[in-house]
Amino acid sequence: MCTYLTEKIRIDGAAKGASGWFTVTDGMVYIDHPYHACQEHTVNIDLTNPAEGPSARVAIELTEEAALALVDAIHRALAAAPPGLASAAGGSAPA
Amino acid sequence: MTDAMWAGTVAVTGHEGADLEAYAARPLDSGPHGGVVVIHHMPGYDEATKEIVRKFAAHGYAAICPNLYSREGAGVSPDDQAAAARAKGGVPDEQLVGDVAGAAAYLRGLEHANGRIGVIGYCSGGRQTFLAACSLQLDAAVDCYGAFVVTPPPAEFPLKAGPLISRASDLSCPLLGLFGADDKFPSPEEVAELDAELTKLGKEHEFHVFPDAGHAFFSVDRPNYRPAAAVEGWKKVFGFFGRHLAA
Repeated sequence: MCTYLTEKIRIDGAAKGASGWFTVTDGMVYIDHPYHACQEHTVNIDLTNPAEGPSARVAIELTEEAALALVDAIHRALAAAPPGLASAAGGSAPA
Repeated sequence: MTDAMWAGTVAVTGHEGADLEAYAARPLDSGPHGGVVVIHHMPGYDEATKEIVRKFAAHGYAAICPNLYSREGAGVSPDDQAAAARAKGGVPDEQLVGDVAGAAAYLRGLEHANGRIGVIGYCSGGRQTFLAACSLQLDAAVDCYGAFVVTPPPAEFPLKAGPLISRASDLSCPLLGLFGADDKFPSPEEVAELDAELTKLGKEHEFHVFPDAGHAFFSVDRPNYRPAAAVEGWKKVFGFFGRHLAA
């Protein structure tokens, strides 16, 4: 099925795409047919900067298990670091 | 009689004069040839869809697939175009109709065209095929597992794709519908409802629901590919177009 369902978020960071590094401003998560992965459905994550055009995009297609493992890994990594270290407000923890 | 063909990228004029990229293929013999507009699935204008265009040319049709996401920028890869179009909620219905009309005009303008036009679409393109056939004067239409023709999408779906069944009385041509018994979008119940409505309206149609097949059973590059349904489905497609698109 095509779910068409898309979770959109604003994000702040950078990513490396087909033409090099760019600032990312938007993120999308959707469960749908992948373009490349050999699964009928995947968790698709796009990190984009629409102001720089459609090619400013990093695309990831993950199985459900892989997507959840990625979420857990992000939570574990953040939990292990001093709070606020990677915050947009600027990390103030000692190096 | 030769089986040689020409295939390549062409430009067509779509809705409101937009310049669209399109992939076309046609036999090199002197015809006459019926025309087929191929509507790509939601993942976009991809290699598998171009292969379908060439398949029609190999069977004696002039075929074309407009890139419905052309407006996302020239020189942008089709997967990036598809993601950008998706982020905007997909292709608006009126734009789709204008783009299919432009592709049909391209086919009608070809030397050796017999003037008859069929449309075929897959997945979201199946719904769009029904939309085109209710909006344009066509000679044949093939809906391959298009969802949201009868029932509206769930409320949280941001896509601009409402049901079309109220438009069924405007269907301008015979409709072939090819569906999978295991599909949920559209479900067999939804297919049966559309079948009943078209029968009630006296609209010529022929529906097949293949067992052991779900959504996207024609997709040779995806795990849902079901050879038995796809082989039989292609036979139905060529039989149907053979009856309705011959000069």
